[in-house]
Amino acid sequence: MKQLINYFMVLAVIGFLASCNQAPTKKSTSSKSGALSGSVAERVYVAPGEHDSHYAFISGGFSGQLSVYGLPSGRLFRVVPVFSQDPEKGYGYNQETKPMLMTSHGFVPWGDSHHPDISQTNGTVDGRWVFINENNTPRIARVSLKTFETEEIIEIPNSAGNHSSSFVTENTEYVVAGTRFAVPFPQRDMSIKDMKGNFKGALTFLKVDPTTGHMSIAFQIKMPGFNYDLAHPGRGKSHGWFFFSTYNTEEANSLLEVNASQNDKDFIAAINWKKIEEYVANGGGKKVAAKYTHNLWHDNQHATTSTMEKEVLVVEPKDVPGAIFFLPTAKSPHGCDVDPSGEYIIGNGKLAAAMTVHSFSKLQKAIEDKAFDGEKYGIPVVKFEAVNYGVLENPGLGPLHTEFDTRGNAYTTFFISSEVVKWNIKDLKVIDRHPVYYSVGHLMIPGGNSQHPDDKYLVAMNKITKDRYLSTGPEVCQSAQLFDISGEKMELLLDFPTIGEPHYAAGIAADKIEPKTTKIYKLEENTHPYAVKSEAETKVERKGNEVHIYMSMIRSHFSPDNIEGVKVGDKVFFHVTNLEQDYDVPHGIAMIGANTSEMLIMPGRTATMIWEPKEVGVWPFYCTDFCSALHQEMQGYIRVSPRGSNTPLTFTLDGDVPGQDE
Amino acid sequence: MQQKNLRTIALTILLSGSMIACGGENEKTSSSKETTTVQQSPKPETKPETKPASDDMSDIGVGPIKAFTLPAEIDQAMAAEGKKIFKAKCTACHKVSKKFIGPSPKGIVNRRNPAWIMNMILNPEKMVKEDPIAKALLKKYSAPMANQGLTEEDARKVLEYFRTL
Repeated sequence: MKQLINYFMVLAVIGFLASCNQAPTKKSTSSKSGALSGSVAERVYVAPGEHDSHYAFISGGFSGQLSVYGLPSGRLFRVVPVFSQDPEKGYGYNQETKPMLMTSHGFVPWGDSHHPDISQTNGTVDGRWVFINENNTPRIARVSLKTFETEEIIEIPNSAGNHSSSFVTENTEYVVAGTRFAVPFPQRDMSIKDMKGNFKGALTFLKVDPTTGHMSIAFQIKMPGFNYDLAHPGRGKSHGWFFFSTYNTEEANSLLEVNASQNDKDFIAAINWKKIEEYVANGGGKKVAAKYTHNLWHDNQHATTSTMEKEVLVVEPKDVPGAIFFLPTAKSPHGCDVDPSGEYIIGNGKLAAAMTVHSFSKLQKAIEDKAFDGEKYGIPVVKFEAVNYGVLENPGLGPLHTEFDTRGNAYTTFFISSEVVKWNIKDLKVIDRHPVYYSVGHLMIPGGNSQHPDDKYLVAMNKITKDRYLSTGPEVCQSAQLFDISGEKMELLLDFPTIGEPHYAAGIAADKIEPKTTKIYKLEENTHPYAVKSEAETKVERKGNEVHIYMSMIRSHFSPDNIEGVKVGDKVFFHVTNLEQDYDVPHGIAMIGANTSEMLIMPGRTATMIWEPKEVGVWPFYCTDFCSALHQEMQGYIRVSPRGSNTPLTFTLDGDVPGQDE
Repeated sequence: MQQKNLRTIALTILLSGSMIACGGENEKTSSSKETTTVQQSPKPETKPETKPASDDMSDIGVGPIKAFTLPAEIDQAMAAEGKKIFKAKCTACHKVSKKFIGPSPKGIVNRRNPAWIMNMILNPEKMVKEDPIAKALLKKYSAPMANQGLTEEDARKVLEYFRTL
């Protein structure tokens, strides 16, 4: 095996070297040549100092985070901490960001992130925010694409397994959060075997403020207790609708592997949210007690507030007739995808080896004609023939997800047969197929969930890695594969490793984000209550056994850097401001014996950590981020005296009170 | 432990190396900033002719500011504003009363060309690499001056404040 790999590597290198002499216009001859072709290497090579053409925001899966990659290079730029603590940045450790991980269940340090989606304006990705859902403790987060930081997390009550989330409508009117596990709604003590008819599935619509991005729960639809797996919004002609795939319409509560796979068809739930929005605007729905956190970052205060919300507006489907319909779809559909025109709604029949293509126009007609085949819990089931455009039979095994190009083609991942299949929607004909390594889950085309896919690249996110990289023991990285889809045939360009287990990703042209990114935080705008704007403001104050250090950092010293009068038993707060106003000059601070946090502080920012000294002595602290040629000199000392001692509280820099200039 | 020390040393060397190497990036950053905040003369990056280091007052430095003459009278209102900016952005490294991280600005207007002073504030990364005086100062003080993101207008006010010292 190893020999084989070596052999391939040699080939790859030769290919790469050879490419240097080739005309740049020469194209790879066939998809078979794959990454072994020199010209393929050129197409993913981003020369030193040059930038990638696209950002890819790839979910960090069970790491709870969001990773930021460049395409076509596949280089990892940043891991944005969202639902988990991040020791690299102090997120979830320092006082300012800890409240972001508060939930109605208390502090949750590790989440499971799933489906990033970029905000849109007029059906085009606009690069303002990325929304991403946490599956385990149902939440939706909003990440700023100016700062690449998590600005808001809102919990979803009455939900469990927040999976058919966090997809946005074409003007970011709403981001949705659907429940994968039906549960008692509201939660109560009851026998599990009584699930059928008694559990419910909440589909939650969160309103997004168009200026600030702030989210609030507009309404929750109390759907029958099926499992709502994935979702996509209507667009163009179907704007105003949302589509959710369902499985376990059997409502099985045990051994779902068998018992939730009995029905040949499950449903896609079609929701006319504009109709429900109107119903709610006219006073419809019922306010119901609920308990969920709403955590919001305040950019000038550099702090998060966590608020416990008390109620939520619940809408019963029966109260809004004509707003919700079930579309029969083969079997246990996973992905529920809508093509760029908004006409075709595609159910990826996970257990059927069939792609069900529904037509939005036919749906409208069917509703008009009342072409229904009974109802389920009061929700009309539309006759299959009345809504179905066609079925692509046997395109592969285990279809999971579909994305689209601008030329009428769909690209579907097949988990069991490990391949991506390109097919034409109108013709229902397979055009091309390409193996992936191995067992692909989601795929992403930049701008995929919009009217205008940017259809040069496709990223396949594989569930199984096996032998694709150097082994790192039983646990290996996840594997993504980059394809060029600009031609008739898909061409495999590159393998690159990803973190966690990516579920979906969102991509966008770099020029929609890069020029707007934040470089520094302006000191003038810093309203953190413990901020210092100059060294003259640095000081140390005692309040009982609390010692508050107002500290500054700049290349390359802390102010103050000598502190005496701290005692064993004190609670010492380091409120540290980075006074730098230059791009890419963060400073770090680490204090020996601090059990809470280290910190990494961006230019102009203030952050706080707590140290409770337990031993008498003189203890150093220092900068952890190499900041200048004098970084090694960036350190200070704190003297810790015994409990009850009389050592006076002093703080100095080079023997003076900081900022003294007489 | 020993290994870690070694690694630290290696890292230090590596990073120092990369800091030197990163110069190009800094230049890029500051020049792109100039385009937005500063009226630019057609060739802002033109290297000044090398001057003897003794001829301090004629060295205008490297950066967006070209040679200019200060008005005879000190504008006290402008100087007062400059003092505020100096206190907010510069005192982490400069004291008037004594040498601190860098030199005291006292008397600097008698030692340096006003354009040099402003370029040092606005374009320190390039100054310490290209300007003979700034190069010598870096050698003397070790700590390279930080770019605190002042606008050209801010720097002019700080200069006016320096005239009052």
